Amino acid sequence: MARAVTTQHKTIATAAAWVVALLIFFPILYTIITSFKSEQEAIQGFNLIPSGTFESYSEVQQQSGYFKFFFNSVLLSVGSTILALIVAIPAAWSMAFSPTKRTKDILMWMLSTKMMPAVAVLFPIYLIFRDSGLLDSRIGLTVMLMLINLPIVVWMLYTYFREIPGEILEAARMDGASLWNEIIYVLTPMAVPGIASTMLLNIILAWNEAFWTIRLTTTNAAPLTAFISSFSSPQGLFWAKLSAASTLAIAPILIMGWFSQKQLVRGLTFGAVK
Amino acid sequence: MATQQTRSLARFMMAPSVILLFVWMIVPLLFTLWFSFQQYNPLNPMRDGFVGFSNYALFYSNPAFLYSILNTLIIVVSVLVITVVGGILLAMLLDQPIWGQGIVRILVISPFFVMPPVAALVWKNMIMHPQYGVFADIARFFGAQPIDWFGQHPLTAVILIVAWQWLPFATLILLTSLQSLDGEQKEAAEMDGAGFLSRFWYLTLPHMSRAITVVILIQTIFLLSIYAEILVTTNGGPGYASTNLPFLVYQKALLEFKIGQASAGGVIAVILANIVAFFAMRAVGKNLDK
Repeated sequence: MARAVTTQHKTIATAAAWVVALLIFFPILYTIITSFKSEQEAIQGFNLIPSGTFESYSEVQQQSGYFKFFFNSVLLSVGSTILALIVAIPAAWSMAFSPTKRTKDILMWMLSTKMMPAVAVLFPIYLIFRDSGLLDSRIGLTVMLMLINLPIVVWMLYTYFREIPGEILEAARMDGASLWNEIIYVLTPMAVPGIASTMLLNIILAWNEAFWTIRLTTTNAAPLTAFISSFSSPQGLFWAKLSAASTLAIAPILIMGWFSQKQLVRGLTFGAVK
Repeated sequence: MATQQTRSLARFMMAPSVILLFVWMIVPLLFTLWFSFQQYNPLNPMRDGFVGFSNYALFYSNPAFLYSILNTLIIVVSVLVITVVGGILLAMLLDQPIWGQGIVRILVISPFFVMPPVAALVWKNMIMHPQYGVFADIARFFGAQPIDWFGQHPLTAVILIVAWQWLPFATLILLTSLQSLDGEQKEAAEMDGAGFLSRFWYLTLPHMSRAITVVILIQTIFLLSIYAEILVTTNGGPGYASTNLPFLVYQKALLEFKIGQASAGGVIAVILANIVAFFAMRAVGKNLDK
């Protein structure tokens, strides 16, 4: 027997949930609202109805050139993710389909590299980047972000690949499929959803990475994290401009994030919670 | 059955990842270790040389060191408590039948996708600003004096911001776990006359224990290295009131150019992280076996 849900119970729960949800979402909502205000309006106290001007957006673009940073963010996050996938897919593959006694140790060790505090290696990395001319270069930062997220990519792919039934492989082998055919025609189609999920989550992580992207760039390779940090010292009236810049910086990834909630749980808990 | 051939193929497929990560981990770490025993100042190369443990002694005797360790721990523990307790409550609320559940979920999860500098700037200027922030508007509405968050309660302000970023993560994971709880078990407990509290204590909480462990472990990894939030809001101050260990190391290295001391601090941060990682790995490892 299904539990009877009274309308009253549902009404109260709905009201409570919406209040809490709106409170949590409020800083983002208010930022979006303020971005459509003029600077004068923005400091005139609490007001949820903007005049609807786009002037802050055009000013942000004129002053700082949003699109250059946006382009860098896309390039870095997508580039590093694709690189990471190229390196990680074979590794995750072999660990999922021909595990050895040491597979688990290797996975654990990979994860442990993620726990090394970035700040501890800041100076050596800075030196290496400076001496090899990689400071403020897109290539250097792409490789950096790839290395940072590689453990999570391997892990995520591993948890997805592990769920592909091995019997299918055997069946394909019985039918005389070569290893290459097996990979192209049997495994790839089954692995695509997992790879797509991994890609989505990793792009979000790379997009929001805010330590190396700020420290290792100045202008040329600077992504949106660096763009937004330039707003950290107030310049006169800048509330509306800050809001416009913030909205521009988070909108693309916020929308992507909404579509990847399930993958997020799986990916970030290394398959422990599904 | 793994043949010799497939085994060597497996090794070959794994090699790029393993080698890359190994180099990425070991090379900078060796550099850091080496620098931690050196006097090295990029602005003043005349005085470079081996100095033994004196960098550690200097870093350790710096009054900021104790502050930074304490602040690091306060941030980690406070944010964990807020997000885990808040996350459990929120997850239980969102698990109820409600209208518009999809939208509510989207609203609640959103802060997690906001990049740290944006989160910090929005809170600093839109919400907590002593003159133009929403909190100040609310205070004035009630005739109270607005609080100067970053001047008077810098650490609390940082904790609030970070908790706002991580509460969605905790909620989402705990909610996912809660939704896998068998409805029949709940009904059975209800029929047996178990009240709300005892159902929570004996059924819901144990069911969520694994998810809670994972939330704590993963958040701890990230919370130990909070950086951008402090950089954009308080810059570690006033004084050392909101300086954590990563921020202190950053200050020593890139602002004061005391590379030796910064490296010593880095080594201490690695040791601290390893202690945490040791427990984390064991717990995650157990989950892998299931």
